[in-house]
Amino acid sequence: MFPRPIEQTSPTTQRLYKTALPVALFLWLLPLIGVAVTSLRPASDLAQGNYFGLPSHIAFENYWQLATESAIPRYMVNSLWVTIPTVIGAVALSCMTGFALAIYRFRSNLLVFFLFVAGNFVPFQILMVPVRDLTLQLGMYNTWYGLALFHIAFQTGFCTLFMRNFIKSLPFELIEAARVEGVAEWRIFWHVVMPLMRPAIAALSVLIFTFIWNDFFWATVLTTSAETQPITAGLSSLNGQWIAQWQLVSAGSLLAALPPVLMFFAMQKHFIAGLTLGAVK
Amino acid sequence: MSAFWKANQRRLAPWLFLAPGALMFALYVIIPIFQSLWISFYDWDGLGKATWIGTANYVELVDDDSFYTSLKNNVIWLVLYMLAVPLGLLIAIFLNQTVWGMRVYKSLFFFPFVISQVVVGLMFSWFYAPDFGLFYKLIEWSTGTGVAVLADERFVTYGIIAAGLWPQIAYVMILYLTGLNNVAPDQVEAARLDGAKGWKMLWYVILPQLRPATFIAVVVTVIGALRSFDLVSIMTDGGPYGSSRVLSFFMYEQALSEYGYRMGYGAAIAVVLFAIMMIFISGFIWKMWRDESER
Repeated sequence: MFPRPIEQTSPTTQRLYKTALPVALFLWLLPLIGVAVTSLRPASDLAQGNYFGLPSHIAFENYWQLATESAIPRYMVNSLWVTIPTVIGAVALSCMTGFALAIYRFRSNLLVFFLFVAGNFVPFQILMVPVRDLTLQLGMYNTWYGLALFHIAFQTGFCTLFMRNFIKSLPFELIEAARVEGVAEWRIFWHVVMPLMRPAIAALSVLIFTFIWNDFFWATVLTTSAETQPITAGLSSLNGQWIAQWQLVSAGSLLAALPPVLMFFAMQKHFIAGLTLGAVK
Repeated sequence: MSAFWKANQRRLAPWLFLAPGALMFALYVIIPIFQSLWISFYDWDGLGKATWIGTANYVELVDDDSFYTSLKNNVIWLVLYMLAVPLGLLIAIFLNQTVWGMRVYKSLFFFPFVISQVVVGLMFSWFYAPDFGLFYKLIEWSTGTGVAVLADERFVTYGIIAAGLWPQIAYVMILYLTGLNNVAPDQVEAARLDGAKGWKMLWYVILPQLRPATFIAVVVTVIGALRSFDLVSIMTDGGPYGSSRVLSFFMYEQALSEYGYRMGYGAAIAVVLFAIMMIFISGFIWKMWRDESER
């Protein structure tokens, strides 16, 4: 193990390490902690310049105000309308593309695979004008499905890379055995491979959920009104309206961050497995 | 029909499985790249008729000071963003222990990556805010005068990059933590018996085994640096006086500007950014291709 396990060092080093840990964490999360504290400060404190002292009371009303008087709940629902179909769509498509590229040998296999991989890395701006135009022409501009369709297509690149590598690591004998038995190809996909893909599907779902929930660029390019804008774009426009009302900006930021954070803590193992795929041989 | 299918299904099946995903990907990703290239030779407001103007957009770009500001900032982003790799490794080494509660520590250190860049941007805007931001206060307390980072042309880009590094370091950290977890223990022990420790151990024994993690860390960091848009848009909107623009933001600003849409000019900027990224993408693909063919 590297570095040397701390249990093998002197008691002083051990004590030092155990003190350094919370201190480092506190410093690391300082911006987050600051915002969390500000979100619970009453507006009157901020107006009087009480930024760092004890708040006069814990102002849960900031959150209440956002929940009842702002468009935040609406934006959150909009985000779900974009995020969930994207997760389902991208995972479904990539199960199939991943299967095709992992199981079959055909001449353009690697070429198709690397097209997916390369497409996944391109800057969004090179797609912006044509995609916006396409969405307009399809009559899907400023709708959740217009945004979700694009996300499904784009995320298919990353998901294909992921699924293909995952299926490739499965024992190929399973498929050969099924073929010897005369099982049809689509049945092999559905009954042999799909049941084994559950961990990959779980990992991809949490990853894509987070990516799409946090997307800002496409939200601003393809949606414009409060009825359809996801939370990231919504928060940005609210930020423009709430000049200097940092207690609201802070509370809104934390609310916007909540769903992916909950998702992460609930599905941590899958999330990290998905993110670090390929980081080890 | 069914006889034909029986005879050929192994040959046709991959294409049928590929079709839906590949069609969507072609429609929304592959074809638009070429369309953008095409549009960059036009003068187009996004609605009316597009007029062919040849290379005029590119000629204008070469004379545009904002373009050079953006380009310069992109280079700064790229260089400073690479700090995420060693810093992420540093934190990963720091956290690669098994004391009580370590799992919670690791996930809390990873936390910034899960949060949207919009929220990260707002958090750091608060952090830097003049008069009451924590960072401003710290600077004021230690030097006597505070610095309004986001309103100062000299510091603004660095301030935004610092915000971007926060989640990026977390990402690299998790890659290395997974990598460290898989370092062969017998090799480490053998090296220890030979007297290797500290830097030497890291450089000659650990890092070579972390190569796959390093590769991915570099890929995601380069892509992340060149994709930077959200933070610039949220924290400064390109300001003050356009000094924190990067190419991705500059493109968006031109194409959907409040003074009228300039799709052709925007597309030309996007093509330049794409060309820069293609250098890196080809490198990555080349390496991955080599690994694939070796198998």
